[in-house]
Amino acid sequence: MRSITTPISDDVIRELKVGEPVLLSGIMVTGRDAAHKWMIETFIKQTHEPKEGDLQVYEELKRLLNGSIIYHCGPVVSGLDTKDYKFVAAGPTTSIREEPYQADVMKHFNVKGVIGKGGMGPKTLKGCQEVPFVYFHAIGGAASYIAQSVQKVLGVYKMEFGVPEAMWVIEVRDFPVVVTMDAHGGSQHAVIDDNSKKVLDALLAQPY
Amino acid sequence: MRDLTNDILELIRRTSSSLPKDVEERLRAAVEKEAPGSAARGALETILKNIELSRANSTPICQDTGTPIFHVYYPEVCCSTRKIREQIRAALAEATQRSYMRPNAVDAIYDNNTGDNLGGDDFPYIHFEEVEAGQPLTIELMLKGGGCENVGRQYSLPDNHLGAGRDMAGVRKVVLDAVQKAQGLGCAPGVLGVAIGGNRGTSYTKSKEVLFDQLGTRNEDPKLAALEERLTSEANQMGIGPMGFGGQTTVIDTKITGLHRLPASYFVSVSYMCWAYRRRKMTVWEDRVEYD
Repeated sequence: MRSITTPISDDVIRELKVGEPVLLSGIMVTGRDAAHKWMIETFIKQTHEPKEGDLQVYEELKRLLNGSIIYHCGPVVSGLDTKDYKFVAAGPTTSIREEPYQADVMKHFNVKGVIGKGGMGPKTLKGCQEVPFVYFHAIGGAASYIAQSVQKVLGVYKMEFGVPEAMWVIEVRDFPVVVTMDAHGGSQHAVIDDNSKKVLDALLAQPY
Repeated sequence: MRDLTNDILELIRRTSSSLPKDVEERLRAAVEKEAPGSAARGALETILKNIELSRANSTPICQDTGTPIFHVYYPEVCCSTRKIREQIRAALAEATQRSYMRPNAVDAIYDNNTGDNLGGDDFPYIHFEEVEAGQPLTIELMLKGGGCENVGRQYSLPDNHLGAGRDMAGVRKVVLDAVQKAQGLGCAPGVLGVAIGGNRGTSYTKSKEVLFDQLGTRNEDPKLAALEERLTSEANQMGIGPMGFGGQTTVIDTKITGLHRLPASYFVSVSYMCWAYRRRKMTVWEDRVEYD
């Protein structure tokens, strides 16, 4: 099985094809609903004024995300009182909610991969080809298992979003994923959706 | 009545970290149906490893520890429901502190997370029901994650688009449509809870309540029992598979309940439960508390 460590080059991204299992290592950042909305509104579309400290976070995120990965994850974290953070459970959340934002975020910060579950839509797939980046599918619900690949919590931004929605900077080792959207227009999700729709239509045409 | 806070805390720990046996057995059986080396098989193998690890370490099976749904059955002349409610809430806050639960209660207007899983009067959701005197006090807990909650659907029949009329044939069509639309987003393989009839509120509530039942038991009405089996079988023909990776097992069981409806309404509600189907029960006897 192929192992990839962040930061990832465009060449490696273009080598990856739908269906390939990969072990990911290195530094990545979690981000989900509140984080994506905030990044778009504050830095990309700039429809909202940055709040206190936002510009500094922005500079650090630019450095951290360049060539790296965004993980759609709202973890269970222990050590909140002492700030000796540890990921206790950390599976992927459903990615499609970030469909309006994802491609623009990836392009803006030059992010090379997104990890989530359930796949994403046409706008993100187009972004995969243009930026380029790929979509890595993790096993939904396998939270204790995936938490074991998280070696260290290096820091956290935007704690005001709450523990699940904050942006956690983590170092992982051998995080198991499968490529389900690649930088060549391939999407396993689109294929399964089309095929299952054909079966559904045939089932609906049958008499009761 | 004695204080049950610690016993309820134990119920929460077990529910979050230890998948019920009937669910685990179905997942183990599903592995054998997938081709060696396939992504579907790999997903199920990872799921099984995760189930064992969570149980051994008392860590949440899924990081989305879900909406806590408590059903309390209390015998006549026994308990103060107000005190039970207080104890459930105290236990939930402590479970969150101990990382059995993720802080999951977010104010929808101001976006702030309360941090302790307590939000207003309805988070957690607690349903009380009185049973006969002499019966033990029992508390059931279900944790239902947001991913699968988001793919639940409610249909108002007739549905012209799907050609679904107000009969069992129409019910079959809309439920299959819900499975196709869910794809892998609800963390397949899942379980379908279906309520036919009721109003918008009761229909959704009952579609979740049937998920407290054991897997494999069929509705007493042969008409509904047949539809339960048929829906599971037909859902699995769609090839969505574990995590939507393609494969043989998309749905591991279907539970249907029928309600009364108004002449004007015919609702069909589908609640999708992910593979991380967390439900547990505690029974309070005079001298001990028993967990299922």
